[in-house]
Amino acid sequence: MATERNDAGPERGRIRVEGYDAATDDREFDTAWEPTLQSEEGKGRLYYAWRRFKRNRLALAGAATIGFMTLCAIFAQPIRVPEQVPVLAGQLVQPVALAPADPANQEVLLGHQPPTTEHLFDWPPSMLHLFGTDWAGRDILSRMMYGARWSLSIGFIAVVVALFIGVPLGAIAGYYGGYVDEVIMRVVDLLYAFPFIVLAIAVIAILGRGYWELVFALIVVGWLAYARILRGEILSVKENEYVTAAKALGATDRSVIVRHILPNAMAPVIVQATLSVGTVVLAAAALGFIGLGLSPASAEWGVMLRVEQDSMARGRWWAGFFPGLAIFVFVLAINLVGDGVRDAFDPQGEGGERFR
Amino acid sequence: MSLRRYVLKRLLITIPLLLGVTLATFAMVHFIPGDPIDFITLFTELDPETKQEIRARYGLDDPIYIQYLDWLADAARGDFGTSITTRQPVTKEIAERLPFTLMMGSMAFVIAIVTAIPAGIAAAYHRNTKVDQVSRVAALLGIAIPNFWLGLILILVFASWLDVFPVLPPTGEGLLSSEMIVYTLLPALAIGTGSTALLMRLMRSSMVEELDKDYVTMARAKGLPERTVVGKHVLRNSLISVVTVAAIQVAFIISGSVVVEIVFSYPGLGRLLVNRVRNHDFPVIQALVLIIGVAVIFANLLADVLYAYLDPRIRY
Repeated sequence: MATERNDAGPERGRIRVEGYDAATDDREFDTAWEPTLQSEEGKGRLYYAWRRFKRNRLALAGAATIGFMTLCAIFAQPIRVPEQVPVLAGQLVQPVALAPADPANQEVLLGHQPPTTEHLFDWPPSMLHLFGTDWAGRDILSRMMYGARWSLSIGFIAVVVALFIGVPLGAIAGYYGGYVDEVIMRVVDLLYAFPFIVLAIAVIAILGRGYWELVFALIVVGWLAYARILRGEILSVKENEYVTAAKALGATDRSVIVRHILPNAMAPVIVQATLSVGTVVLAAAALGFIGLGLSPASAEWGVMLRVEQDSMARGRWWAGFFPGLAIFVFVLAINLVGDGVRDAFDPQGEGGERFR
Repeated sequence: MSLRRYVLKRLLITIPLLLGVTLATFAMVHFIPGDPIDFITLFTELDPETKQEIRARYGLDDPIYIQYLDWLADAARGDFGTSITTRQPVTKEIAERLPFTLMMGSMAFVIAIVTAIPAGIAAAYHRNTKVDQVSRVAALLGIAIPNFWLGLILILVFASWLDVFPVLPPTGEGLLSSEMIVYTLLPALAIGTGSTALLMRLMRSSMVEELDKDYVTMARAKGLPERTVVGKHVLRNSLISVVTVAAIQVAFIISGSVVVEIVFSYPGLGRLLVNRVRNHDFPVIQALVLIIGVAVIFANLLADVLYAYLDPRIRY
């Protein structure tokens, strides 16, 4: 059994080698031979996973789609350093403007003859405006490209921060067990009693609306899955002989977790995190759509759908179709990549159960 | 372990979870920055005496645990206080809308089960053929499609282009009028699509697993007709995991209804929640969050008990 900790004190029937469990000795000991073994192991695993991923055409197509959308978001409009930053204020960081029009410009139609008297501002798609214009006469394609900045940044930031919360908590809960495990997992169980959107809405009800409030709400909901998955994985990984061996050699808990357990337990967490980017973007758009996300002025995809909610019923299909299509394509691409990552790490499996 | 003992054990785990949910819901209001009475008086300027009087009336001077116990005792009796926006009892407001959400949710659930299980069986039985490929693509699309966008597209196609569905819900109609039932179909479809895709894939994979087992070969070797092999033996065993996941779909459907009710202006709980969050109507928000949390806990409990009932190995 490898559940006991190093520093738990001498136990009956166990030989305790004095002098090799202190932090100082252990560090020297580690650097002497461990890194070569560890780096080879880690590189091998990722290398083979990448080789399998590369053969999966659907997953590659998904990755290419995400890459394309990210580039669109970055190069849609020039990026300037915001005015609040002292020295660099107003500096141009990214000068390219791919978007055909300014997303906030309501006068892109000036000088052009409206196609019908019925649609003065909201033009159907044409060569002039590929995806048409919205109720205020703004170019929808440009708004979608610019809006990708909101959606994608929320997705990536919320997932990364949630990983930094969920992974340590899950690792601690799984490795140490006992009291700590109980506390962490009961909190996770408790928050899991609320559906994803409802918990996010509750957080927003407390904090109010806004970009960082939205990100925070999605982090609160997001870390649960990582903590729960990683804990379960660690419970089985820590029973391996190499973990007992590392402990017997006097490695500290931290180095046992970080070097020996985590590399062998992270695969399902990485799969979940990849899929979560889609879930989070979808949730952010849903919250934007119901009016609890970003402000109506932003061009976030869900918000764009919200302001055009009546358009669909009135037959102005382009105003609601394209922003929603962007969400759909992004989530689809993320799911393809996520499935590809899962198959790459676990080539035999049929695909495990998905957490929301 | 007998089933009864298993259920009892599972119930015992549920009780602290339920208490935790009530505590979290209660604590929610205390995380809001600012003075709670501002939300009762809607930020009107008041002299200190009146403020003190309001504090006393709402029990805001009591120690926090007394406030919690009072709130819990009231909630247990079905009294969630008065709505700040409408000055109506919260319970009444919720009771008016609950049947609509229940109807829409159960319709979504039925749609999901009725399409997912046959489709999953077909995909598993015709594994690695065109049928399977089509179902795989359909599931990928169904999981990725945002339910609110699907709702908008359904409105566009069926209400605007084909003009076979009304755009707005019938007003003044009772729950069981035919207009209301017809109107509920589209939102139920928008919510149910995600669950359908998920359950279909699950049905397929669990059936593929069963089809490979020795008892199937054995049943076929005995000369049983294929209908009996699949219908009586394989189907029963592969339904076990599907049934439990179906129970968990309750949370998924609640999430979906919150958003889809906005699309269709549906007079249910989801729209109530969203509207009241915008108005900072915390008694209503608290009550809804609590009800949803308790509903999900019981759905999970039901899923575990069903699983243990269907598959006795789980109990040990």
